[in-house]
Amino acid sequence: MDATQRREYWRRNLRLMSVLLVIWALVSFGAGIVFVEPLNNIEILGFPLGFWFAQQGSIVTFVILIAVYVWRMDKLDAEYGIDEYEEEVHHS
Amino acid sequence: MSDIQVWTLVFVVITFGIYIYIAYASRVSTTSGFYVAGGGIPAPANGAAIAADWMSAASFISMAGIIAFAGNGYAGSVYLMGWTGGYVLLALLLAPYLRKFGKYTIPDFVGDRYSETARLVAVVAAVVVSFVYVAGQMAGVGLVFQRFLGVGTTAGVIIGMVIVFFYAVLGGMKGITWTQVAQYSVLIVAYLIPVVAISVQITGIPVPQIAFGEILGELNGLQEDLGFAAYTEAFTQTTMLNMVLITAALMFGTAGLPHVIVRFYTAKSVRAARFSALWALFFIALLYTSAPAVGAFSKLNFIDQIAGTGVDETPGWFNTWADVGLITVDDVNSNGVIDYGPATGELVINNDIIVLATPEIAGLPAPVVGLVAAGALAAALSTASGLLLVISSSVANDVYYKRINPAATEARQLLVGRIAMGAAIVVAGYLGINPPGFVAQVVALAFGLACASFFPILVLGIFWKKTTAMGATAGLAAGLGTTIAYMLWTIDIYGNSEGLWGIPETGFGTIGMIINFVVTIIVSQFTPKPSPVMQELVEEIRYPGKSRLVAAHAEGHLEDVPEDEWLGEPPHEPRSR
Repeated sequence: MDATQRREYWRRNLRLMSVLLVIWALVSFGAGIVFVEPLNNIEILGFPLGFWFAQQGSIVTFVILIAVYVWRMDKLDAEYGIDEYEEEVHHS
Repeated sequence: MSDIQVWTLVFVVITFGIYIYIAYASRVSTTSGFYVAGGGIPAPANGAAIAADWMSAASFISMAGIIAFAGNGYAGSVYLMGWTGGYVLLALLLAPYLRKFGKYTIPDFVGDRYSETARLVAVVAAVVVSFVYVAGQMAGVGLVFQRFLGVGTTAGVIIGMVIVFFYAVLGGMKGITWTQVAQYSVLIVAYLIPVVAISVQITGIPVPQIAFGEILGELNGLQEDLGFAAYTEAFTQTTMLNMVLITAALMFGTAGLPHVIVRFYTAKSVRAARFSALWALFFIALLYTSAPAVGAFSKLNFIDQIAGTGVDETPGWFNTWADVGLITVDDVNSNGVIDYGPATGELVINNDIIVLATPEIAGLPAPVVGLVAAGALAAALSTASGLLLVISSSVANDVYYKRINPAATEARQLLVGRIAMGAAIVVAGYLGINPPGFVAQVVALAFGLACASFFPILVLGIFWKKTTAMGATAGLAAGLGTTIAYMLWTIDIYGNSEGLWGIPETGFGTIGMIINFVVTIIVSQFTPKPSPVMQELVEEIRYPGKSRLVAAHAEGHLEDVPEDEWLGEPPHEPRSR
């Protein structure tokens, strides 16, 4: 990678990270805590929605967020021709 | 011997036998094997090991009970969100970059990136946090042995110590990792079988995560009848601000815990480090989404069977727990009936018994009870061994090898590592047998400390090239100092438990973290910038793939690389491991 490609790669990495972290904060601190009371007025399968986000939804979303990150970063690496060899140097 | 004792013994002997066999099969002879399993663990296995390492006696034994019984139900969500949300931060902000940096421990990163002073502060913080945590695990082992096998707590802790000693000292990180994979399998099966069984029993649906919605309405009604707040109602004990602060402290603390971070160094590559984080959270989520269901179902069963029951008519499982003093009944108004309610004071339940008692409460057969006991031991032992490795590597690698005797041979380093591990096990065992009265409180505080100390300087060290050594040291000291001071000031034994603006000591870590960030950034403006080669190295770890500089750093001779070769290919093939 030359300098321009590196800048581009890093910028796209940061953009992906920011989007995912905004969602992370919205489901946990948002839906699970700050907006829990209004959301609790909606009920799905017996769960008040805010309570569901606090005890189930946020955890499920976290797993999906990391999955999206891993998948997008893999694509990004491939696009920039980074074919990481499995045997990285490790000091002994 | 009762049926339950026989089955517990069977499962304990089988699982311990498996752990010892794995340890023997994966014994190591190199320092890299001892500290990071040679950096060659496949991602799913590494994920399972991280999950077992992470899910301690607190997650397995205590969490469902805390959700359902310590609070009204909703308040316990701080643990569910806090102890999982941290993995998003780890996966996105730390794991890939720390793996690329390629050293063994947090103090190693802090020492290489900043300064030797910062390394020492980091060593002390890592050892303190780990000891606090490990004491709780040993106490958990003691609890299980006492209740299910009737051998005193002391004997129980000693048996646990011997097992951990055997596989941790022999196998180091390699032995610990593969043992933890086995321990994860045991603990998740032990957790899921009873909760699925109860879910089917009560609702007919085999997926507890969906099924417990059906009983929430009934549970809300029962709690309100007894005078408690409804199970799903928000902010009945904790204000919105404190919910946010405590959740944040647990999240950022998770991302700064030394025994979790070291795990990403065991991954094969940067890509494998990302996948390890994904697998880890997936495996953790299996238990963490089930725990609130266990809590809700057990509370329903408990209220059904106990509230309003005659004092002499309590079920057998209830009496067994009362015998070991973990349930206390006191018929205050002498009406011969247990009046369960917020103010009656007739019934005190230890939160730690809920998961262990769940199969008995639901009347499940004895083998299931034995399996749950083996699962609880797996959870406690796996976490204990990971923490002991952090203590051992901090002492042997960061202090002995880096500071005292840099000329030490590999065999000598290994020996020191093993001695440190042995000594740490003895101290941990002592703390488990004679726990300081405030262990549970202190474990929660460990997160606040990790959050206020490590998280900011790790993130800034990766994302901001101009973070200086003095900035990070000042930030670390300020964050850690204010947090410890606030905790000591507000802990019940020292006085003002109200604190400032009603912020609990468990939530103050978030404030300490903000202080750490601010101080690090301000001081970094006025102090000498990191060397150009260090700035270039920090730039390098942003991109996967190999480069001369990263290779040289990993080999330990960063300063020897001439400037025009910084971006070149490594000079030779990587060493075989």
